Amino acid sequence: MKILVCIKQVPDLESRFKPNAAGVWFDEADLAWRMNEYDEYAVEEAVRLREQLGDTAELTVLSIGPDRVVEALKKALAMGCDRAVHIQDAAAAQKDPWQIADIIATYAGGKGYEVIFTGMQSQDRGSAQVGVTLAERLSISCVTTLVGFAYSDGVITAKRELEGGIKGVVKLHIPALVTCQLGLNVPRYPTLPNIMKAKKKEIEAIPVASLSSDNPRATTQRFYPPAKKGGGLVLEGDVATLVEQLFTILKDKTAVLR
Amino acid sequence: MKALLVGEYQQGQLLDSTYELLGFAAGNGIDASLFLIGSETQLPAWSGTLYLADVASCGEYNPDLHKELILAAVVKSQADCVVFLHSSYGWDLAPRVAAALSAGQVSEVVAVVDGGFEVGCCNAKMRRTVQPTTPIIVLTIQAGAFPAVIPEGIPQVEPLAVAANSAQFEFIGYEPAEAKGVDLTRAEVIVSAGRGVGKKDNVPVIAALAKALGGELGASRPVVDAGWVEHSHQVGTTGQSVAPKLYVACGISGAIQHLAGMKKSDFIVAINKDKEAPINEVADVLIVADVMQFVPAFTARLAK
Ligand SMILES: Cc1cc2nc3c(=O)[nH]c(=O)nc-3n(C[C@H](O)[C@H](O)[C@H](O)COP(=O)(O)OP(=O)(O)OC[C@H]3O[C@@H](n4cnc5c(N)ncnc54)[C@H](O)[C@@H]3O)c2cc1C
Ligand SMILES: Nc1ncnc2c1ncn2[C@@H]1O[C@H](COP(=O)(O)O)[C@@H](O)[C@H]1O
Repeated sequence: MKILVCIKQVPDLESRFKPNAAGVWFDEADLAWRMNEYDEYAVEEAVRLREQLGDTAELTVLSIGPDRVVEALKKALAMGCDRAVHIQDAAAAQKDPWQIADIIATYAGGKGYEVIFTGMQSQDRGSAQVGVTLAERLSISCVTTLVGFAYSDGVITAKRELEGGIKGVVKLHIPALVTCQLGLNVPRYPTLPNIMKAKKKEIEAIPVASLSSDNPRATTQRFYPPAKKGGGLVLEGDVATLVEQLFTILKDKTAVLR
Repeated sequence: MKALLVGEYQQGQLLDSTYELLGFAAGNGIDASLFLIGSETQLPAWSGTLYLADVASCGEYNPDLHKELILAAVVKSQADCVVFLHSSYGWDLAPRVAAALSAGQVSEVVAVVDGGFEVGCCNAKMRRTVQPTTPIIVLTIQAGAFPAVIPEGIPQVEPLAVAANSAQFEFIGYEPAEAKGVDLTRAEVIVSAGRGVGKKDNVPVIAALAKALGGELGASRPVVDAGWVEHSHQVGTTGQSVAPKLYVACGISGAIQHLAGMKKSDFIVAINKDKEAPINEVADVLIVADVMQFVPAFTARLAK
């Protein structure tokens, strides 16, 4: 069975974000990069399926982006993916979710992937669109927000997470795409031997220009910080002073310190 | 703009969030009709056109079939904008409808602004204005971002015929949320641990502050997913919704799904090393400090 997992590299979300020169996305200078958190769950689940099926299966990890995304692909290889595809696109951040899904569909179409994993959303863009749109482009079935996954005999049993922690249980036939939610599993840490092994695995580089890309269907006009709601007090300084300040505030403003 | 709003129905109930969709349209002066897969016996209280398909024959979760019915309603209503709630139902269905209509989609809209639709990004730290470039557009709106309309009136029902169900799918049923070990909704004080506490071994330090304040320990989702704290302590859309007299968020960034569960608290204190963390938007006091330095010192001060 051929399995595909799509991953995105995102900035560390504890960074400070400044608009770029065009004012439509963030400036990439000084940012540290990591694998999108949701995609770590997707990779782990794909690796588990690969292990369940043994050598009859092959697991490919794919990412669209500039050269830096190779680091995320290497991590996925070290977690247990068999091979990687890097679709080289220095302008990926300017593409809308439709275009990203379209590029992946152009690559994956006709290659016979029977199970495709994606994250439910990217942490920086957060559109929750690429996975479902990819499934539509490939005309395969799809379920989102997985917190449970089991595979047997061509049928996936998926648990979707709904509001309030309720779950919906769905069965679907392959070929199918699933989008993974936080907590689906416990993503493994790559071990040193596996990191070494991964160095020998293939990373195929494909220039995005060779995969025709459609026009965007939505464009970003502006990127900016939220309007300050105000009102809240921000306290900085040494810990001892902060402790006294908060103690006084809680005494004055709440009834919890008696 | 002429909108088709996609209402929600789950576990035999019309969901109140349907009134938020109506609120989005009313608040922005958008001419709207409503789509619902639900029941004649539970019509939304609203006076407008309702395209209704019967849940008994369509199922509560069957995106392939629901998509076809929405497309039929788009034709009938001549809508150029299809609006979903950004919920487990909406984010699952919206991209399918958008793909079928070759429509640009904007996800999790928080406001209609000059030049397009405002959405959050970078874990809610930043905003974008997004403008679809297609003749028909699809939106999902953030839960809680648009005030619901007051239920009132009787809709004019346009029944939708249901074609044969060709789904690749079988919806087996619902599983209830995990049983609640602690009922956080009764606590007067909640002190919650977020990923910023660093490791499981640090959780008792947060629990000690909760105890010193006579309250309960809460947690954000990653702390629960990692097994540092039991699920019944989780606060947020997929955990418990709380409104204590005092909520102390320790090393929690303030993602929308967490805020949804605690922003109604009377007084909110956040301890975070990042001054720009979005928790700042709801906090009465933000202490910019390392949580593992501040919390033990504050607990010690309370004991004095
Ligand atoms: C459908 C859905 C449902 C969800 N439901 C929930 C839910 O019910 N509840 C929930 O909580 N989340 C939920 N989430 C997840 C949510 O989006 C966030 O991922 C999560 O709330 C982040 O948790 P956090 O703030 O603890 O971690 P992070 O976002 O990683 O934030 C950690 C924070 O700690 C700060 N920090 C780091 N180190 C220190 C230090 N030493 N001292 C002080 N501060 C420090 C950082 O500045 C940062 O702000 C849901 C997500 C989805 C998609
Ligand atoms: N540039 C990319 N390369 C590969 N996969 C991606 C890319 N962008 C998004 N994805 C996948 O699509 C999912 C949803 O992303 P989004 O629609 O941006 O929220 C992510 O979790 C990834 O699995």
